[in-house]
Amino acid sequence: MNPVLKVVDLEVSYYTDAGRAKALDRVNLELHAGEKLGLVGESGSGKSTMALAMMRMIKPPGRIEHGKVMVGDIDLMKLSEDEMLDARLSEIAYIPQGAMNSLNPVTRIGSQMTDAIKAHQPRMPKAQMKERAIHALESVELKPDVFRMYAHELSGGMKQRVCIAIGILLEPKVIIADEPTSALDVVTQRQVMETINNIQETIGAAIILIGHDMGLMAQSMDKVAVMYAGRLVEVSKVREMFTDPKHPYSQALIRSLPKLDVKGVFQGIPGLAPSLLRLPSGCHFHPRCQERMDHCDSVRPENQVLASGRRVTCHLYDEEAKEAKQVPA
Amino acid sequence: MSSATLSNTAIKQPNKLVLWFRYLRRNPSLTFGLLILLFLVIFTVYGLLTIDPKDAYPLAVRSKQPPSLEYPLGTDFFGRDLYAAMVVGMWQTAVIGIVAGALGTIIGTILGFISAYFGGFIDTAVTSICQILIPIPAFLIQVVIAGSIDKRSVTIFTMAFVVLLLAWMGPTLVIRAQVLSMKERQFVSVAKLSGMTSLGIIFKEILPNLLPFIAAAFIAQVFQAVFASFYLAIVGLGPVREPLLGNTIWAAQTQGAFFNGWWWWPIGPAVAMILILGSLALINMGMDELANPRIRKSE
Amino acid sequence: MNYRILTKRLLFLVMVIWAASTITFFIPRLSPRNPVRERFAELARTGGFSPEDLEAIVADYSTRFGLDKPLLQQYGDYMWSIARFDLGVSLNKFPKTVMELIAESLPWTIGLILITTILSFILGNWLGALAAWPKSPDWLKNIATSFVLFQGVPPVLLGILLIFFVGFRLKLLPLGGAYSIGTVPNLSFEFFIDVLRHQLLPGIALVLGSVGGWVISMRGMGVTIQGEDYVTFAEHKGLGPKTIFRDYYLRNAMLPQITGLALALGNVVTSAIVVEGIFALPGLGTILFSAIRSNDFSVIYGIVLFITIAIATLMVVVEFLYPLLDPRIKPQ
Repeated sequence: MNPVLKVVDLEVSYYTDAGRAKALDRVNLELHAGEKLGLVGESGSGKSTMALAMMRMIKPPGRIEHGKVMVGDIDLMKLSEDEMLDARLSEIAYIPQGAMNSLNPVTRIGSQMTDAIKAHQPRMPKAQMKERAIHALESVELKPDVFRMYAHELSGGMKQRVCIAIGILLEPKVIIADEPTSALDVVTQRQVMETINNIQETIGAAIILIGHDMGLMAQSMDKVAVMYAGRLVEVSKVREMFTDPKHPYSQALIRSLPKLDVKGVFQGIPGLAPSLLRLPSGCHFHPRCQERMDHCDSVRPENQVLASGRRVTCHLYDEEAKEAKQVPA
Repeated sequence: MSSATLSNTAIKQPNKLVLWFRYLRRNPSLTFGLLILLFLVIFTVYGLLTIDPKDAYPLAVRSKQPPSLEYPLGTDFFGRDLYAAMVVGMWQTAVIGIVAGALGTIIGTILGFISAYFGGFIDTAVTSICQILIPIPAFLIQVVIAGSIDKRSVTIFTMAFVVLLLAWMGPTLVIRAQVLSMKERQFVSVAKLSGMTSLGIIFKEILPNLLPFIAAAFIAQVFQAVFASFYLAIVGLGPVREPLLGNTIWAAQTQGAFFNGWWWWPIGPAVAMILILGSLALINMGMDELANPRIRKSE
Repeated sequence: MNYRILTKRLLFLVMVIWAASTITFFIPRLSPRNPVRERFAELARTGGFSPEDLEAIVADYSTRFGLDKPLLQQYGDYMWSIARFDLGVSLNKFPKTVMELIAESLPWTIGLILITTILSFILGNWLGALAAWPKSPDWLKNIATSFVLFQGVPPVLLGILLIFFVGFRLKLLPLGGAYSIGTVPNLSFEFFIDVLRHQLLPGIALVLGSVGGWVISMRGMGVTIQGEDYVTFAEHKGLGPKTIFRDYYLRNAMLPQITGLALALGNVVTSAIVVEGIFALPGLGTILFSAIRSNDFSVIYGIVLFITIAIATLMVVVEFLYPLLDPRIKPQ
């Protein structure tokens, strides 16, 4: 089956006063319909940039230098401005982080939903648009009353769910949820996560959930992708990631998670994430890597596929990847 | 765990002057404003050194002369050399502007500071007074005040005083707002915790952070003072004998300058006034951009 | 309608009016000038009264107008008459009352202010919004910036330049006055055009002088709004730029501008009055100008008080209209 989302060699740079920062460095990603991918990484690793790039919402001084983003059969990068406007929300939808301010304060919720429908299907009769919107609200467990309300009359959790409802209005193939629960309390978090799972089941979209709460990822996701300094260093199924992480950085991440049954000193990761303006040569992680080899500081590791289908960007697995390629599929 | 061996070629920072020039290039408002102001200052200084100030007053020279080599800006109905009048007028305007502006800023800063720092009754009193007086157009009050003074005793300094009386409210509110926000901020609490005295906090922590706002307030006040004195002069409430630019225009209009064909009379002061107010406004806007990083453009 | 807030606002209005009237009452009386004596002294010089007669007249005038009563009582009388819209009598144009003079000239002033304010508000805000919108063409942004150049300049100076270039040099439009000399006001079309021609230069001066302010403030507002999350989300939704401009950007940016209008009223009125004076239009401005020239104090103070009260009232009215536009502020 063909993947519903295929990101190929995506590169994004930011041209700042202080120089050129490479926010995304040849990122490759694949997702099938119905799959849930958790995208994790430190602040500044490139997670949000990835989301924005996929939506083609990178603004100056940032620039998408290179790459393809295929949703279904369409390469989003090749679309015209108008075609892209159309694709947003209908093919690929983005649910923002911290919905606190993402809703227009002076118009009603309903009109903010119908204007999205109208932008994509201008000929739909108003009544039908309203029906769709209310249906979406109900899917996220909000009452139809919300349609007539204003943003300030809703709680944080409700606002987030409205944003999710807007995201599913046109039944897109891919939904990107950018830290949808970061600003919420635990109870609401669970509700929102359940909502996301539910709607994903109903419309069968592929979901990318960006965040840094590993626990949340473990509970709900199918796969986990780890980003570091603009590169995708590992993509594994969720079980594999937690039990047998391959990349040294993923290993350090998993190791740093507090375990209920083991008491002890927290294990952090020594060193600091590098500034995107002054990236280390070769493998970006080599200054902090405990298993660094000689050529890690000069040769750039490629994003390789391993036998199990997992992807790692690390020299440790160069041999394994070569073997995997030689084995006939 | 060894730290990263990155080639750390220290980036050579250009020296301060070059950075300043680059900034000026990005802030055209400030640049133009300063340039025009510079031009006006040079004009006035040169003028003051070369003219005979007596020529700026009535009956000094032949009247109603159009511009010529002898009288570059012509002469008016009363026999003033308009070039001399312009130079003296600009100087006087500068005096009013700076005196009233500086005093207004100082009073405003002190009041705003006291109001914010000590709070309570004083704060309520000061802010209430400001809030009630602000809807009243300052110009009108100034008309009342100036109109009640005997016309013969109006001088440059009385004008400055009248302008000053309504100038302090702006800076007071601005400085008060800044001090209030600073009071809550951590660096003040830290200073208090480390045992600094109140006075110490005031001078060493708060004041340095207020300086950009005080500077901006000063420019704004100078602008307001020049503006207000101009408006008073143009309605005829200025020290009529003095060659203030507003006075000249008022005199010209009341004598029907355009109807009589003496076009040069009001035009000179009008252009000069436009340059003065324009440059001050540009500098004001430029200062805003300097202080508000959000509007600041990046290279 | 929240009665508590209404009362608070009305109380504020009353305080402002009280402050303004008290100032206009006390300040003139603080100075040693006696306007009545001065006025009559002037008449005496031309009329040839003897000094004793002069004193008698002044004394009579004082009794008649209560100027010999104790100060507090005068204050009381003064406040009471203001409440009844009685602003006194003109010294110059006796027996015309101040209110009559104001009533005659007010329509001209209101007409001028209304039209120029509406024009500059709409034009300025629209230009400012476009100037901040990243997708606007550069030439548009440059036009917006050039309007800003006029902002620091009082409209009256622009007026003088306009009189010079358009009226004097090019002789396209009249140099001043409300209508051509010798014309008798009537309801004909020619008269209307004549008046319009005379209003054009002052109107342009006022609009040019105030547009810049709106452009700047709207542009600043626009920059802020653009950075808001809801504008970004609107783009994520795939909405077209026109829809975003109208529903997300403009609608949010306009609200503070309306408040700004209320705050700018003082400036608007002040510049309009001065422009009227310079152009000799028959509005409040000219009345004020001539009152100042002839030391007609009751007119000066009367007009000041009237304008202050009008502006303060308008401010309160605008404040009450605001909740109708912003759903975040509930009237209850």
